[in-house]
Amino acid sequence: MSNEQIKNLEEIFEARIARDEKIEAKDWMPEKYRKTHIRQISQHAHSEIVGMLPEGNWISRAPSLRRKAALLAKVQDEAGHGLYLYSACETLGVSREELYQQLHSGKAKYSSIFNYPTLTWADMGAIGWLVDGAAIINQVPLCNTSFGPYARAMVRVCKEESFHQRQGFEIMLKLCNGSKEQKDMAQDALNRWWWPSLMMLGPTDAESVHTEQSMKWKLKRKSNDDLRQQFIDQTVPQADLLGLTIPDPDLKLNKQTGSYDFGAIDWDEFWQVVKGHGPCNKERIRARVAAWDNGAWVRDAAMAHAAKKDEQKIKIAI
Amino acid sequence: MENQHLYNYILGIADNSLILGQRLGELCGHGPSLETDIAGTNISLDLIGQTRSFYQYAAKISGENKTEDDIAFLRLERGYKNVLLVEQPNTHFGYVMGRQYLFDVFHLLLLNELQFSKDQTLAAIAKKGIKEVSYHKRFSGDWIKRLGDGTQESTTKMQEAIDDLWPYTDELFDMTEADTAMVQEGIGVDVSKLKESYYKEVTTLLTQATLKIPQIDYFSRGGKNGVHSEHMGYLLADLQYMQRTYPNMQW
Repeated sequence: MSNEQIKNLEEIFEARIARDEKIEAKDWMPEKYRKTHIRQISQHAHSEIVGMLPEGNWISRAPSLRRKAALLAKVQDEAGHGLYLYSACETLGVSREELYQQLHSGKAKYSSIFNYPTLTWADMGAIGWLVDGAAIINQVPLCNTSFGPYARAMVRVCKEESFHQRQGFEIMLKLCNGSKEQKDMAQDALNRWWWPSLMMLGPTDAESVHTEQSMKWKLKRKSNDDLRQQFIDQTVPQADLLGLTIPDPDLKLNKQTGSYDFGAIDWDEFWQVVKGHGPCNKERIRARVAAWDNGAWVRDAAMAHAAKKDEQKIKIAI
Repeated sequence: MENQHLYNYILGIADNSLILGQRLGELCGHGPSLETDIAGTNISLDLIGQTRSFYQYAAKISGENKTEDDIAFLRLERGYKNVLLVEQPNTHFGYVMGRQYLFDVFHLLLLNELQFSKDQTLAAIAKKGIKEVSYHKRFSGDWIKRLGDGTQESTTKMQEAIDDLWPYTDELFDMTEADTAMVQEGIGVDVSKLKESYYKEVTTLLTQATLKIPQIDYFSRGGKNGVHSEHMGYLLADLQYMQRTYPNMQW
């Protein structure tokens, strides 16, 4: 294809996006669009399956049968999200195995928040309330993103995430209406998860490398800083309702803007965790690699068995 | 307690679901594929759901102001009535599927009978469970076939699991005092009568999976009377951790 033809296709493609048409897997797309989508969707899928680990950590110790069932269902939903997102990614011509390899080798990233440990039951509340809360703010705009398979997966993901967020808040509410030990547990969880949740919305606009292109392709509708402000403005009144204190002495309602001003985020910590030096980076990846390696004989057996069955079918047919 | 036999009878059934659900829950996120993780979690969720229905009923008839959580979390080890089979650890995926299948076949036979119990509540819980457990059995049975008749390595591993788990199967058919009393009242199931169908079905599937049926004369038992394996204490330490550390709180 000549450069001119490609340019022409690109123009048609960009015009389709501008008209809010969905791009489907078999449609022509610029190579950069394909790569960016593989990167973002797989990063999202990896975050779902790595995110199963910190919460899975509390399934066996959930404090009541009702909570155990709800947590199992939540972690199962996350596995389901991983599955649709990997499938959406596979439509772009990459296999799940390749994507796993990228995760295991450290080449692909996942949400850094999952590199923090879950130390008490209240962390199950804080993750639902804050981490899923921040995730929703990030993800709702993606329901209208330009790539069809991703947009459709996100509609379902967001519905479930919003249920998880309410469930997390309800765990916190129960703790805050409980004994002093329970309330202390809730406050401690908020103290540990607040700042990482703010970081989860991504680096400041000045440092965010992908924003401009992503905005054009509707992979992003608002900047990281705007999303962060939206999250803070939404969450502070919820903390008040719980009777918990946000661990930020500089947090204050700005009467002029109607938004909350907040203290400086420790971006050194953020980059440290992104670069692999958070409290649980090694454990998380080791757990994923171990699950994959220990499961190799199982997957091989399934393939071998299926091949034998096919052979038998052919023999019968002959 | 007026209904002591009925109470013990319910726990005898429900404790199996609780402990097996707990074991499967430990695996969540660590399975060989995303699909098996989803299925394993789903089975765990079904089992915990069944446990809750049974315990809620047991709590109601106890007349002691108990809750489902008191029953689930606040007994001593000797008070749990599950069979030894379900508390066996997740040694590898062959053990997980072996344990599951060897229990599922029994579980479905039991619920198929229990749905005709004179006790309306037990009959209703059983009826609801049948659909779920039929799926569990199909899932675990399919995996036994894949692993048994897969690669050389998988055949060896699956056989190892079956050999190790087989000694726990006979206990499934032991009649406890509560079982006998409830059978007499037309409420309970005579599990000793399920034995023949059980071994026939299991033997057929294992043979299809190219696995050998262990030939042994000695079987392990004791769980139904609260005498468990060494694994059980650790399982309960996890299960009971929150309720023991923070007593009398609402979650």
